[in-house]
Amino acid sequence: MPIDREMVKRLGILSRLRIPEGNMDEMVTELTKILGWVDQLKDVNTDDVLPMNSVVEDMNLREREDVINDGGIRDQILANAPEEMDGYFLVPKVVE
Amino acid sequence: MSYIIKGETGDWEIVVGLEVHCEVISKAKLFSGAATAFGAEANTQVSFVDAGFPGMLPVINHECVEQAVRTGFGLNATINKKSIFARKNYYYADLPNGYQISQSDHPIISDGYIDVDLENGETRRIGIERLHLEQDAGKLMHDQHPSKSFVDLNRAGVALMEIVSRPDIRSPEEAGAYLRKLRSIVRYIGSCDGNMDEGSMRCDANVSVRRPGEPYGTRAEIKNVNSIRFVMQAIEYEAMRQVEVLESGGRIVQETRKFDSVKGETRSMRSKETAVDYRYFYDPDLIPLVLNDAMIERLRGEMPELPDAKKKRFIEEYGLPAYDAGQLVAEKDIAAYFEVAAKGHDAKKVANYIMGDLFAVLNKQGKSIAESPVNPENLGRMVDLINDGTISSRIAKDVFAFMVEEGKTPDQIVEEKGLKQVTDTSAIEKMVDDVIAANPDKVAEYKGGKEKLLGWFVGQTMRASQGKANPAMLNELVKKKLDA
Repeated sequence: MPIDREMVKRLGILSRLRIPEGNMDEMVTELTKILGWVDQLKDVNTDDVLPMNSVVEDMNLREREDVINDGGIRDQILANAPEEMDGYFLVPKVVE
Repeated sequence: MSYIIKGETGDWEIVVGLEVHCEVISKAKLFSGAATAFGAEANTQVSFVDAGFPGMLPVINHECVEQAVRTGFGLNATINKKSIFARKNYYYADLPNGYQISQSDHPIISDGYIDVDLENGETRRIGIERLHLEQDAGKLMHDQHPSKSFVDLNRAGVALMEIVSRPDIRSPEEAGAYLRKLRSIVRYIGSCDGNMDEGSMRCDANVSVRRPGEPYGTRAEIKNVNSIRFVMQAIEYEAMRQVEVLESGGRIVQETRKFDSVKGETRSMRSKETAVDYRYFYDPDLIPLVLNDAMIERLRGEMPELPDAKKKRFIEEYGLPAYDAGQLVAEKDIAAYFEVAAKGHDAKKVANYIMGDLFAVLNKQGKSIAESPVNPENLGRMVDLINDGTISSRIAKDVFAFMVEEGKTPDQIVEEKGLKQVTDTSAIEKMVDDVIAANPDKVAEYKGGKEKLLGWFVGQTMRASQGKANPAMLNELVKKKLDA
């Protein structure tokens, strides 16, 4: 997959990472190398192989009963918040 | 009759698919033991899992799975024995993990349909592509502070069923009928309370237009419309907008739009160029969800009678017209009320009183049928009193009003207020004679050919009887006496 500066910029936006202009070319080179290496996987024929979505496929998903046994710990939930008010987290204004 | 937009350059057809998010009724959240109840104080119903603390692992709530399966039966759909949870990645302040646990290519339910009834009596089948389970996000408040948004995570992690229709909807009316039917079904099943104004049912609409018979056009997605009426308005507006764009030589861009219910228009939120890329991948914290046959069969056996089946039964068992049956089954509680009221009584007449007088009272008092001031047994009994001639249908209006006010049985009311119908011929004759004797001039006019006066005599005598005279007998006697 070809990686260009536009793509790196877009990846930066999607992952909320600031990529300084000076690092752009390096990122393009590095990502191209990495993806090229990963692309080798395409050489393997997987036409008849189902995707593996877990390494423990012979186990059942653990389930819980519909019981309220958590929550009510607002102080702990908010303990690491950079900013809070009246029991709410405060974040820079986001309006779409 | 299809819905066609008459453009400057010809006819256009609209194509709509709806994505409806239904908040699942369960005590605890989809992957944590925190409570789901609406209206609690901010961040008091949040566990470390919901807040995305490092190292916390999701464990699925079995009840949410059962609710999805029940709903799947209600949508005449395939229950997939194996489904897989995936992460849908995006950054927003209401989503602490930076991803929503959802299902992508292996949903728990797929390929169903529901039949919707339209105003003109037609029934349309709307396909359901899928239903999948996912987490709800938290809530943001933007108006509390000049530069900050407030975040409440109480809703974060509550289970949602996203129900995706096929693009089978062809008019705003069909969209409304689809939503009402879907709401009715989930309420019957008890898997979602369907309250759009509280946000426990939310709708996104995919709208496009095309020339009849041509392939689908490019669609726009209208996000989060919070009432059935607004969904219909938004679709109507958006389709018109697209026709105008296309006819003036423009093209439709695939984008997300927001409906402004005050202005009644849709506005662009984000275009494809800045669209998010969700980068779905299977959630490594959760292995596939596998349902066993025993559970599926148990749930199938426990399914309540749903609106379509109930409607059919009401038509067959009670001899109701299809329209009436449809009205009565729309809400489970109304159907239950009707069945109690109709039991052993004249069901058709009971249905009329429910849809007429009772609905009017409930509407006026802002009450649900469960809070009805008239209990169903009394309504049924009142219909008996009409049918056996104890009261006339005119007097029944008064009896009904007294039942609303006083909550007594119709027998008590008729007794206490002396509303029993007069069916004694001699008593009615006497009243007629009195009226005739008191109005010799009117009698002369009548005999002189002014036959319209017959109604006047009937009215006078009915008034003299305080409305209690049997109307049929009264009519007959007045005519007989005057013509004598």
